[in-house]
Amino acid sequence: MKTKKLNWQEFFIPRLIKACGYSAILFVALIFFFLLREGLPALAEVKLGDLFSLRWYPIEAHFGILPLLTGSLIITLGAMLVALPFGIGTAVFMSEVAPRWVREWMKPLVELLGGLPSVVLGFLGILVLSPFLRTFLNLPTGLTALAGALLLGGIAVPTIVSIAEDALDAVPYSYREGAWAMGATRWQTIWRVTLPAARSGVLTAVMLGIGRTIGETMAVMMVTGNAPVLALKLNSLFHPVRTMTATIAAEMGEVASGSTHYHVLFFIGLVLFLISLAVNIIASAVVFKTRKRAERVLS
Amino acid sequence: MKQTLPANRSLAQRLGFSLLTLVALVTVIPIVAVFIYIIVQGAPAISWEFITAMPRDGMRAGGILPAIIGTFYLTLGTAIFSVPLGLAAAIYLSEYARENWLTRIIRIAIINLAGIPSVVYGLFGLGLFVLFLKFGTSILAASLTLSIMTLPVIISAAEEALQAVPQAFRTVSISLGGTRWQTIRKIVLPQALPGILTGVILGLERAAGETAPILFTGAAFFLPRLPGSPLDATMALPYHLFVISTQVPEMPFQIQYGTALVLIVFVLGMNIIATLIRARARAKRQW
Repeated sequence: MKTKKLNWQEFFIPRLIKACGYSAILFVALIFFFLLREGLPALAEVKLGDLFSLRWYPIEAHFGILPLLTGSLIITLGAMLVALPFGIGTAVFMSEVAPRWVREWMKPLVELLGGLPSVVLGFLGILVLSPFLRTFLNLPTGLTALAGALLLGGIAVPTIVSIAEDALDAVPYSYREGAWAMGATRWQTIWRVTLPAARSGVLTAVMLGIGRTIGETMAVMMVTGNAPVLALKLNSLFHPVRTMTATIAAEMGEVASGSTHYHVLFFIGLVLFLISLAVNIIASAVVFKTRKRAERVLS
Repeated sequence: MKQTLPANRSLAQRLGFSLLTLVALVTVIPIVAVFIYIIVQGAPAISWEFITAMPRDGMRAGGILPAIIGTFYLTLGTAIFSVPLGLAAAIYLSEYARENWLTRIIRIAIINLAGIPSVVYGLFGLGLFVLFLKFGTSILAASLTLSIMTLPVIISAAEEALQAVPQAFRTVSISLGGTRWQTIRKIVLPQALPGILTGVILGLERAAGETAPILFTGAAFFLPRLPGSPLDATMALPYHLFVISTQVPEMPFQIQYGTALVLIVFVLGMNIIATLIRARARAKRQW
């Protein structure tokens, strides 16, 4: 009796577990399918030239997504200018410079920032950051691309720090000892030995930070002023912009399902999905390629 | 021939290290400041009424009970769907899967799932759960959407915890006549439990704080009563904070900061519990 029950378990459970194992593939496929299903009709309803035009004004059926695309790009660029030096600098500090107890304290602290809901940062952005930027830079409004870039930089920092620090930590200690034995200072060792050795992990950190920034929604929607204007010049940073994510979040609640506007918003979602796919594939390809090279070198 | 003087090199090092220290300080200080600021500004709003009463006067007075309850329901709903599925997927990857192209595709899918923007999850939930499966804007639809978003976090953390259990434990169990499933259930899972729990809580923490995925799948602007079934829409803390800080004019600052404080206590409380579980398990572990 007992063995029979066991046999049944041995038969059934592994198959169930296997099915669950494949679920991730299923969900990515489902997400892609539903974005295509709801987003592709936009291509039939709006001419391609209009879709990639400069004017986003859905009430009068202007569905040009270029301003949204450039809005996302300029904010991501700005955020990376903040997050890269601070993220990688902090990671190097934690892994190479700080004493052990400082590091034990800093890691959870940075992770705490990573756990902070983006809506809370957006909220502080409205009440604290943007009034400060308005008076400090003497702008007509503080709700600008700059405010969004600063907040997003803050949101990307924990991702970059934690992955880059892991990568630096994984560099064998003997590499450093080798450099010191050759007479290099700790500072030289960091730049010429440790960082280059960890470069694939650091690159992954950067790519995932970029991914996180492009996809971020709430904080951006709350502080960037949401004006769909083309942002190509550097001084666009001091004007309101609108990103792809914010457009979806702000407008999807008010459109009739099945309308052209609805389809275009799903099309933007599709674009975002493809961007995140590309970023992630590049990030994992970087790891894969450098690992292969390292294996060649070491064998 | 160029030769750097030792004095210069150590000067460069001292300058460099000071710069790095400065960068780290500039990164860490705002984090601490943000938390202190919200606590200081939000604490005066916290009262028994604030966390147990319904909102009044167009949400400008009274409490935020429905938002707290709503976030609790959504977190619970997310756990119901994502924990069993994520755990099973992790067991498959760690204990059953061979390293072949199919497994590689699963791993790529998990990485990509983790990278998809949260608002795209919202679109997907709207398309599949709300409209196609006709769940409507409901706790059910929102929880399912959040579950899929949480899944990669739970799978990765649980797999890491399972992998950390020494191979010898499995070998011994199998050599004593245990089957594969018995080994997993009686030996591997109990050993990996703290790590799995930590990962699960960190995943759910993220779900509890998310706004974009529930915007069109289950969040309600204002509800005069608590949700009665999984098919009702619900208020939620992050969405409520968004609403009262952008959509309601003349909102008292105190209530906004109070709501932000309750939200971060909810989310960071989970974070701290996860950290404690991890620390305790590490201290107790014998391998």
